[in-house]
Amino acid sequence: MANKISVKNISVSYVDKEVVKNISFTFDGGSLIGILGPNGAGKSTLVKAMLGLVPTQSGEIEIDGQPIHKQRKKIAYVPQRSNIDWDFPIIVKETVLLGTYPKLGLFHRPKKTDKEWAMACLEKVGMQDYAKSQIGELSGGQQQRVFLARALAQNADFLFLDEPFVGIDVASEEIIINILKGLKNEGKTIFVVHHDLAKVKDYFNEIIIINKELYGAGSVTAVFKEEIMKKAYQTKFQMAGGLEVGV
Amino acid sequence: MQFIQDLLNYEFLQKAFVTSIVVGIICGIVGSFIILRGMALMGDAISHAILPGVAISYMLGINYFYGAVAIGILAAFGIGFIDQHSRIKTDSSIGIVFSAAFALGIVLITAAQSATDLTQILFGNVLSVRSTDMWMTIIVGIIVIAAVLLFFKELLVSSFDVTMAQAYGLKTRIIHYGIMILLTLVTVASLQTVGVILVVAMLITPASTAYLLTNRLSIMVILAAFFGALASVIGLYISFLHNMPSGPIIALAATGIFILAFLFAPKQGLIWRMLKTMRSRTAKS
Repeated sequence: MANKISVKNISVSYVDKEVVKNISFTFDGGSLIGILGPNGAGKSTLVKAMLGLVPTQSGEIEIDGQPIHKQRKKIAYVPQRSNIDWDFPIIVKETVLLGTYPKLGLFHRPKKTDKEWAMACLEKVGMQDYAKSQIGELSGGQQQRVFLARALAQNADFLFLDEPFVGIDVASEEIIINILKGLKNEGKTIFVVHHDLAKVKDYFNEIIIINKELYGAGSVTAVFKEEIMKKAYQTKFQMAGGLEVGV
Repeated sequence: MQFIQDLLNYEFLQKAFVTSIVVGIICGIVGSFIILRGMALMGDAISHAILPGVAISYMLGINYFYGAVAIGILAAFGIGFIDQHSRIKTDSSIGIVFSAAFALGIVLITAAQSATDLTQILFGNVLSVRSTDMWMTIIVGIIVIAAVLLFFKELLVSSFDVTMAQAYGLKTRIIHYGIMILLTLVTVASLQTVGVILVVAMLITPASTAYLLTNRLSIMVILAAFFGALASVIGLYISFLHNMPSGPIIALAATGIFILAFLFAPKQGLIWRMLKTMRSRTAKS
C-alpha cells in the first residue's frame, strides 16, 4: 500500500533523560492522524524524530519500505508558529515558493511554472490577496494558512504539522482542517500534533496517544477511550459530557 | 571637488577608493545573513580572533591574508566544537575563544615589536593599501558575490526556517560553516580599511539599516551593499581630508546612515510610527 509509514521502537533522550520511549506504530495512506498527549509528553520530539531531525537512541522509521533519509522529498513539515522569526524580510508568496525548493535542488532557481504553482497553492488556502504582505503583518490564522500553502507546494505524500490550531481564528481552523481532510481523501498520510481534545473525533480518523511511552495508536473509535486517556493523562483527565482536559 | 581631483591624480587614493568600496559591498552582503541568523556576536568574534594570524604572518614574512584566514576558520570551528561538546552556551564559547585569540594576537604583535602596525591593524589605515591588498580584496569580493548568487536559495531557506531546510535534507551545518568562511574572508579583507575592532560595525550597521527599509531578503542584501559602500566612501573622504584613521570615520558614517533610516524609514521608522500612534489617539478622543 502506498504512503505507508512504520515506526519501530524509537526512543529519544536529551542529556540522559528519556523523552520518547520505545514507540512503535504503522499507518497507511489516507490517514489523518492526531498525535495527542499532555504537555511535555514528547509530541513535538516524536515528530522531529520521525523527520530525522533529532538523533534517536534506537529504532527505525520507514516510509514506503525505505529509511526516512532516502525519502525526504516526500515529506513536508509545518513548524509551530513560535519557532518562526516573523520579522524576517520575506513576503507571503516567497514563503510559499520555498515549498518548491526541495525538488529544484542546488543551482536551480524557481521558474515561472514554480511561481504559478506557489500562487495556486496560496489560492487553495484563500490567501492570494496577501501575496505581497510581509509575513509578520498577518494574523496567526493567516500565518498558519501560508505555511500550509508552503507544505502544499512541496507536493508531499507525508505531512507533519506541529500544533497548527494553537491561537488561530475559527475560520482559518476550518479552512485548514478541510484541506487536511481533502489530502487524506487523496491518499496522503498526515500527522498533526494536537492538544485540544474537544474536536478529536471530528478532525481525525486515527490517533496516537503518548506520554513519553505509547498509550495507544489506531482508529479514533478504538483508541479514544476514557480508560486509555486517563492512564496517559494520569488522573488529570475526565471524560465528562464532551471531551475536555480537567485542570 | 578637490577630492575628485586628488582621486584622479593619486594612485594610492585610487587603490584606497576601490578597496573601500569593495569592502563596503561585501560587508553589507555577508552582514545581511549574519544579522538575520543572529550571528552578530560571531562577526565580532571572528574579526578579533584573526589577530594572532596577522601576527604570525608578519613574523613569517608572508602576506597577512593567509595567516588571518587560517586562524579565523580555526576559531569558527573552535567555537562550534566547544558549543557542541559541552554545556557551555554559544555566546559564552564565542567569548572564550575570541578573547583568548585577541589577547594572544596582541602579545605576539608586541613580541614582534611592530607597535605601529598594531594601531593600523586595530583601527585601519585605508590610505596605506597596496596593490596586492587591493587585488586580494577584489578576489574576495568576487568569491563572496558568486557564493551568494549561487546559493541564495539555500541561504534564504536555512536562515528563515532551519527546520524545514533540514527536513528536506539540506546540510545546514555545511551552510553554517560556509558562512563562517565567507565571514572570515570578508573580515580579513576589511582589515586595512576599518581595522579589526570596527569590522563588526561594517557587518552589522549597513545590513541593519537595510533591514529597516525592506521586506525582501534580495533587496535587503542589495541595499546593505549600497549602504556599506556609501559609508566607506564617506569615511575615506573625511579621513583623507582631515588625516584621521579611516576605520572610526567609516563606522561613524555607517551609524549616521542607520540613524537616518531609524528615524525616517517609511514603515519601521521611529517618526513615522510616532505619527501613526498620535493619529490613532486623536482619532479615538
